Amino acid sequence: MSLANLSYRAVFSLVLKRDLTIAMRHKDDIINPLLFFVIVITLFPLGIGPEAQTLSRIAPGIIWVAALLSTLLSLDRLFKSDHDDGSLEQMLLSPQPVFILVLAKIFAHWLITGLPLILIAPLLAVLLHFNEQSYGALILTLLLGTPVLSLLGAIGVALTVGIKKGGVLLSLLVLPLYIPVLIFATSAIDTAALGLPYSGQLAIIAALFFGSLTLAPFAVGAALKVSTN
Amino acid sequence: MSTLPANQTTGQSIPLLSATSLTCIREERLLFDQLDIEINTGDIVQVEGPNGSGKTSLLRILAGLSQPFEGEIFFNNQLINQSREEFHQNLLYLGHLPGVKGEMNAQENLSFNLALHGLNNDATDIKETLAEVNLSGFEDSLASHLSAGQHRRISLARLYKSNARIWILDEPFTAIDKQGVHALEQLFKAHINQGGCVILTTHQDLLTFEPSQIKKITLDYIVE
Repeated sequence: MSLANLSYRAVFSLVLKRDLTIAMRHKDDIINPLLFFVIVITLFPLGIGPEAQTLSRIAPGIIWVAALLSTLLSLDRLFKSDHDDGSLEQMLLSPQPVFILVLAKIFAHWLITGLPLILIAPLLAVLLHFNEQSYGALILTLLLGTPVLSLLGAIGVALTVGIKKGGVLLSLLVLPLYIPVLIFATSAIDTAALGLPYSGQLAIIAALFFGSLTLAPFAVGAALKVSTN
Repeated sequence: MSTLPANQTTGQSIPLLSATSLTCIREERLLFDQLDIEINTGDIVQVEGPNGSGKTSLLRILAGLSQPFEGEIFFNNQLINQSREEFHQNLLYLGHLPGVKGEMNAQENLSFNLALHGLNNDATDIKETLAEVNLSGFEDSLASHLSAGQHRRISLARLYKSNARIWILDEPFTAIDKQGVHALEQLFKAHINQGGCVILTTHQDLLTFEPSQIKKITLDYIVE
């Protein structure tokens, strides 16, 4: 009866499927951060004025800052509800490696919040008179950068999940960690607008991605152990 | 009746779960001090004490969820954090929280929990198990539409399928009706006869067991 040694892939897809099922039945988790992203971005042309030159100059920064904030908004769901109903404890007590469990949860979080951002960002870019040459850079930086946001953010959530009102603390912890991604992503987009190669900045974001992909789940696992203590 | 485990007759072999000089301090209050525990196969252990005496803390420490201020816990004479995978395969811990997701139905909840612990989770099996805990007809209801007692039943259903030897149960009878309690006690009896052990807290009397059969750990509230 026992299939005690599930393969890592089976554990990963088990947790992924569960988290996606829950998200699909709780659609505000997907829609709210996305709406927030859209609204923040549409506020800027209203506040600054419709001048094409100004808008296209600040567009990369606006899109990326909005992406950071909307990711931050959605982070709470990553472990909070599991912590509150006890299923996090059960996962930590299962014989499966915490690394895989955590990685699957973060991947699910990215699919729910990061991927929709990437899909909708080009549409919003039009609103900001985005430079035509830099659409490719926008998509690529988002593709490499948003997983970093989910991975680093997960560390912050794991640390604050046991605290009653951890919301502000979470943003204080996580936002500074997002600064490198923001700097290199916007710099890549600006460089692309000038028609210059931006592979250097992209390589740095890729390095951040692989670094956090391999290290963050360990940190998250350790932080969760502290939080459930 | 299955045969009694060897160590009950010889008293020599390795205890299933043991702890040495456990000390727990919560919010600057000493809950227990230098507690030594030895739990063998076939034991049913009831942790007793008034509210706030550290029963839950003790169970969480034994399950490895919390770190004790001092002391070590051994599973089969190995430190539990050194044999994590093996220990977790043999551990079933049910805490205050049922660990049931409101967004999933009863069947999905149980199926996920079993699969996570590497147990068979095919649909007909799950249905039968849910019937054992009086949840037939509720398989497809979202857990958020079920009552607290039914949530607890979903998590307790794992006991019927578990092949873990150590059961650590924090107030398993909360929100469970009389027949349910009786069925659970029968289940505990079968489990310890098969070489497992049960560690639980409850304010109810365990009626199915002889008082002499139950090992008790009493936590005295230390007033400063």
